[in-house]
Amino acid sequence: MTAPFPTRKQEEWRYADLEALQPVWEQFAEPLTLTVGPGESFEEVWLPTAYDVQVRRIQLALGAGAKAQIFALNTAPVYGRIELEVSLAESADFELYGANIGIGLSTNEIVTTVKHIGVGGRSRQVIRSVLNGKATGSYLGKVEVARGAQQTDAEQSIKAMLLDRGATANAKPELEIFADDVKCAHGATVGELDAMQLFYAESRGLDPAGARALLLEGFVMGLWDSAKNGDAIAEASRDALRRAV
Amino acid sequence: MLEITNLHATVAEKPILNGVSLSVPAGEVHAIMGPNGSGKSTLAYVLAGRPGYAVNEGGASFEGRDLLALAPHERAAAGFFLGFQYPVEIPGVSYLQFLRESLNSQRRSRGEAELSGAEFIKLAREQAKLLGMDAEMLKRPVNVGFSGGEKKRAEMVQMGILGPKFAVLDETDSGLDIDALRIVGEGINRIMRAPGKGVLLITHYERLLEYVRPDRVHVLQAGRITRSGDIDLARELERSGYAEAAA
Repeated sequence: MTAPFPTRKQEEWRYADLEALQPVWEQFAEPLTLTVGPGESFEEVWLPTAYDVQVRRIQLALGAGAKAQIFALNTAPVYGRIELEVSLAESADFELYGANIGIGLSTNEIVTTVKHIGVGGRSRQVIRSVLNGKATGSYLGKVEVARGAQQTDAEQSIKAMLLDRGATANAKPELEIFADDVKCAHGATVGELDAMQLFYAESRGLDPAGARALLLEGFVMGLWDSAKNGDAIAEASRDALRRAV
Repeated sequence: MLEITNLHATVAEKPILNGVSLSVPAGEVHAIMGPNGSGKSTLAYVLAGRPGYAVNEGGASFEGRDLLALAPHERAAAGFFLGFQYPVEIPGVSYLQFLRESLNSQRRSRGEAELSGAEFIKLAREQAKLLGMDAEMLKRPVNVGFSGGEKKRAEMVQMGILGPKFAVLDETDSGLDIDALRIVGEGINRIMRAPGKGVLLITHYERLLEYVRPDRVHVLQAGRITRSGDIDLARELERSGYAEAAA
């Protein structure tokens, strides 16, 4: 009773690499379910694995006043997908810091649905993508605010850096709001490395590859600042960025 | 030490430098003054190798090497430093990391040993202190949230840490208050006044020159050096302006 294989007609699978997903679908068809009890705290760091195709599908339920912080590095060589469906009860707090670092022909995506169900919930999603070659990096993020979930405070910040002309970034923040006293902010930018910053760094003695790597570190590494156990993900993203430069 | 010969340069196909010739021997500080738009910053950028600044004729050599044939980072490793008129902000990268990687990259290409973290921090703290800058500021992202004066002072801290042989300082005095001007002037003397070193100081005002005391003063107008003299020329310009001086 495996769930039916997705199609690109489904919005949340629109940019997916379904050919890469097909052979491993059975393992991932059912999302993993996690619950954080009322008032409890939860921190997770999701590191990349050694596989060509890396998929995480998680349903996360936050009880009243619960806190969750997730730090995720998505840098699969072929297809990486981090899919999160989060529900927030009253005064729950959810933070996602995620990076897509894509090389060559890879497709990496972060797909979220954040459901504010209780009053006074807070959610923050900060996503940075660095893409070279013909890589694709996507963020599809839906924030739903239920009727009655007043004083919801939700933010999505999505930025992508394209290192080559053939690279593609998709950013799609989406809001569905059924309450009238809420704050929902989102911003998305796609850009390339700043020529003046590169020249400044090179004029101080960094070679062009070193200058690019340093600027990209500046772009990505702030994501991990608030992680209690952030060393491994910082090291893994530094490695991934060096490969992307 | 720095020989500029009949240098012609264009930016976006517009001619800006129209035959600059200038020689700065080792051990000397030269100042370049000139009205807005005369090509002072273009000269600085051409010497540092900024992309988009095309040299059509003439050249520049540094200690006998063809400076313009080197990439910007190779010029830095050779001992060439540009103090930027508008220092650039780099969010997410701390000053300490930026300068340590820059210095060690220079040292690697010169075949010298890299500085350890502890050695570098010690050097950075010393230089910040000598220029009256709170060393804590070096933990912040490069120039982000710095005032105009703090950025200029930080350029001098960078110069102290990187220890170049030759510095082109592009309006390092603009944006500084009177006390900061004195500290920066003293800093330039301390770091760069030495037998094997040289400075090209680009400025609008004579005031910094009273601290740094250039050996020669040149006037750049319409992309050419139109007059050269000693510090009295700078004083004359301060009194009478460029229009008079050219006449």
